[in-house]
Amino acid sequence: MTDSNEEIPSTDPAFSEPWHAQLFAMTLGLSAAGFFTWTQWTEAFGARLKRDGAKRPLDGGADYYGVWLDTLEDILASSGKISAEERAQIKAAWEAAYLSTPHGKPVKLQR
Amino acid sequence: MSHDPTDHGPDYLASHGHDKAAPPHSHLPSDPALRVKTLETILVQKGLIDPAAIDALIETYSTRVGPQNGAKVVARAWNDPDFRAALLSDPTPLLAEMGLIGRQGEHVVVVENTPAQHNMVVCTLCSCYPWTLLGIPPTWYKSDAYRARAVRDPRGVLAEFGVTLPDGQSVRVWDSTAEVRYLVLPMRPAGTEDLGEAQLAAWVTRNAMIGTGLPQSPAQGEAAP
Repeated sequence: MTDSNEEIPSTDPAFSEPWHAQLFAMTLGLSAAGFFTWTQWTEAFGARLKRDGAKRPLDGGADYYGVWLDTLEDILASSGKISAEERAQIKAAWEAAYLSTPHGKPVKLQR
Repeated sequence: MSHDPTDHGPDYLASHGHDKAAPPHSHLPSDPALRVKTLETILVQKGLIDPAAIDALIETYSTRVGPQNGAKVVARAWNDPDFRAALLSDPTPLLAEMGLIGRQGEHVVVVENTPAQHNMVVCTLCSCYPWTLLGIPPTWYKSDAYRARAVRDPRGVLAEFGVTLPDGQSVRVWDSTAEVRYLVLPMRPAGTEDLGEAQLAAWVTRNAMIGTGLPQSPAQGEAAP
């Protein structure tokens, strides 16, 4: 976790949130599997960073990975791999699972 | 753990990395965390990614890959003139031999600091970075502030990192791409002539290899990393 009042230490963790790591690794995995080249990825990501960065300065932390996530969702939607509807459905299912699972029990997706 | 007071970003580049939307329930993950979980669920269900491969990537980039890799390369270059010459002309075979080649097909170029020229690396497009040598880039490297200002005002940025260069030393800024990523080979500090590679590596900070810092005596930190 980062704290806005703290300077970045020299040994700051690679990822400040688990989802950053998950997202990074999924994107690398998809590229390695041939779904897109890394050049295609950086071009799409760079264009989106530029667009969003024009609206508000990005600090390189959670907002950076937020743009990364938007880019990956777009690429997967435009290539027909995962539609926005599919995303909405599974996300709602996860939310329901989290909210209905008693504290201390593992959260599982209801089928 | 070392705490090197100069090997961090200036305050204006400091992270404010909180998720903006606080979850309404304490055990409900943040919105982006849920969206990432959603993508992963669907990709695994469709057989498009292997969860074990994803876990292995996370493990590698969270713990095994970091600036210590680049530091080994720099220390070896300081100690071995043949290695240094080969590294500057074509680092790929040497890095492959050391197991430090990335999977994105990127090419690493090593740029050497000299009394006449200091080198500094940025990625104005996004955050291209020599991952296998330096790990995941620090937050400031990914910030708009650094990405814009490194090109426009490199000396100003360097000053904020506590680096003041002599007047006669020019600054060259290298803009990374998906295909070409840069590693700065800093100048070997005076007084390190008797040190071996392992001891030399302790002088090589992450920022020294990005060009926003200079090598630091490990004695200046609390302890050697």
